[in-house]
Amino acid sequence: MLQSILSVLVISVIGAVLAMLLELADRFIADYGECNILINEEKELKVQGGSPLLFSLQDEGIFIPSACGGKGTCAYCKVKVLEGGGPVLPTETPYLSAEELEENIRLSCQVKVRNDLAIEIPEELFSIKEFRVEVKSIADLNPYIKGIILDILTPDEGIIYKPGQYIQLEIPKYKLYSEPEFRAFSMASTPDKKKEIELYVGLVEKGIVSTYIHEYLRERDELVMRGPFGDFCYRKSERDILMIATGTGLAPIMSILRHMRSEKIQRKSMLFFGTWTEEDLLCVEELKNLERELPGFSFVPTLSRVPADSPWKGERGRVTSLIEQKIPEGAGLDVYICGNPDMVDSCLKILKTKGIPENQIYFDKFS
Amino acid sequence: MGPINPMTLFFAAIFTNNILLTNFLGLCPFLSMSRYKKSALGMGAAVVFVMASTTALNNLVYYKVLVPLGLEHFRFIVFIVVIAAFVQLVEMTVERFFSPLYYVLGIFLPLITVNCAIFGASLFMVIRKYDFVQSLAYGAGSGIGWMLAIIVISAIREKLEKTAKLPRGLEGPAITLIITGLLSLAFLAFSGMIRVQ
Repeated sequence: MLQSILSVLVISVIGAVLAMLLELADRFIADYGECNILINEEKELKVQGGSPLLFSLQDEGIFIPSACGGKGTCAYCKVKVLEGGGPVLPTETPYLSAEELEENIRLSCQVKVRNDLAIEIPEELFSIKEFRVEVKSIADLNPYIKGIILDILTPDEGIIYKPGQYIQLEIPKYKLYSEPEFRAFSMASTPDKKKEIELYVGLVEKGIVSTYIHEYLRERDELVMRGPFGDFCYRKSERDILMIATGTGLAPIMSILRHMRSEKIQRKSMLFFGTWTEEDLLCVEELKNLERELPGFSFVPTLSRVPADSPWKGERGRVTSLIEQKIPEGAGLDVYICGNPDMVDSCLKILKTKGIPENQIYFDKFS
Repeated sequence: MGPINPMTLFFAAIFTNNILLTNFLGLCPFLSMSRYKKSALGMGAAVVFVMASTTALNNLVYYKVLVPLGLEHFRFIVFIVVIAAFVQLVEMTVERFFSPLYYVLGIFLPLITVNCAIFGASLFMVIRKYDFVQSLAYGAGSGIGWMLAIIVISAIREKLEKTAKLPRGLEGPAITLIITGLLSLAFLAFSGMIRVQ
């Protein structure tokens, strides 16, 4: 008896002493004081040193894109570190090309703030903010996709984005998952409404976030989101436009189309929208109205799993076969593709054989 | 047989009883960090330092704390905790005060906190009843032996990468294990020259 009590006691004491030592070390040795971060040679931040650059910037309201949460695996959080970053770490080298190394590009989650830094980040990252939003409405767009409309509560000025970009929506912990979790969703709404955005959320089997939104989210619930992110967005040019979407990939395309409507952009455009059956189609009415409102726009839905005897009069088959049939070789088009990665890849392959230059093809893979 | 001379033990741990090539301990960082000589050198240096200091430190903890209290059976837990805390402390200190050294060696420190070679050295120290000076010599020797092995392998791997055309299935860890096996056979020739216990 005495033996076991003594054992527990001694082990606890050893553990406690070591833990205290580490705590003291953390307080006194790892104290780097206040450091200055100079951004783009104009903006200066004062931060407490000792944590990774990514998090120091986040605390100051500058959100560098990151999908892995600072573990050094997604390589989205690249920034240019001009001074004070120290040598490139072995944890970064696998993600940096020779040119990037030359230009002092680093992974901001691996660069620790130990002294004054000078960094360069793209201007548009300043517009990435954290928003508090309230669910205004939830609607069934089809049996497995919900359209949710969010009102932005704070900050007051709302969100500024380009049609086609996405935000990261965070959901709180709930019955099926013990931590807050975030996922990316593209806006379907247009940027002229700064205080209200619309997202399409498809139900993913065992998806943490999509299950929450489909089954637990209620109107007037409050959520947090960050954004806008992404370089998939509407580009100005004189060329005709081809848009290809499947499933929830319609969201950024809707944003672009609605933007074209409100800005009265007269470019000739065509949308190939592929689903399995007729009941899977979404926004049909609005898209048909758009055909009237936007001169030169045509909406071509195609169904890949309709029975041969159904009354469906439209196209049948996948979007890829539509490209084969309808797009002539060497057509001077801007192409926007959005949907599941396999579909995007096969479209890219076909467009290549049609001789459409890569720099006129924009895509966003929804995985 | 009397107690082994620490100097003999030091060399024995490097050559005849190389912890990697005869005991096959510490293979995980060995496989992952042996691609380039530069990182192999940093990793090796970190192992030498940590192994020498933790083996000696654990010797003190074992004979001054655990044995008098009759708690030898807890050595596994205590050794691991001591190693982890020590490595963390060293990492923080190096990062703060010796930052050039940190970039060479410090970043490897967290990788070897729970390395079986480090822990193995502490356990061998107990099984073979080494005293403090012997433990220090054994720890340092084992670390240097480990470093020697990883540097040799990384040099071979760098050379292979430039010259040899390997079948795809043999690239990376596969060929490394084969080379290690051959190297280990070569080191077997030394075995029996010195007895370490």
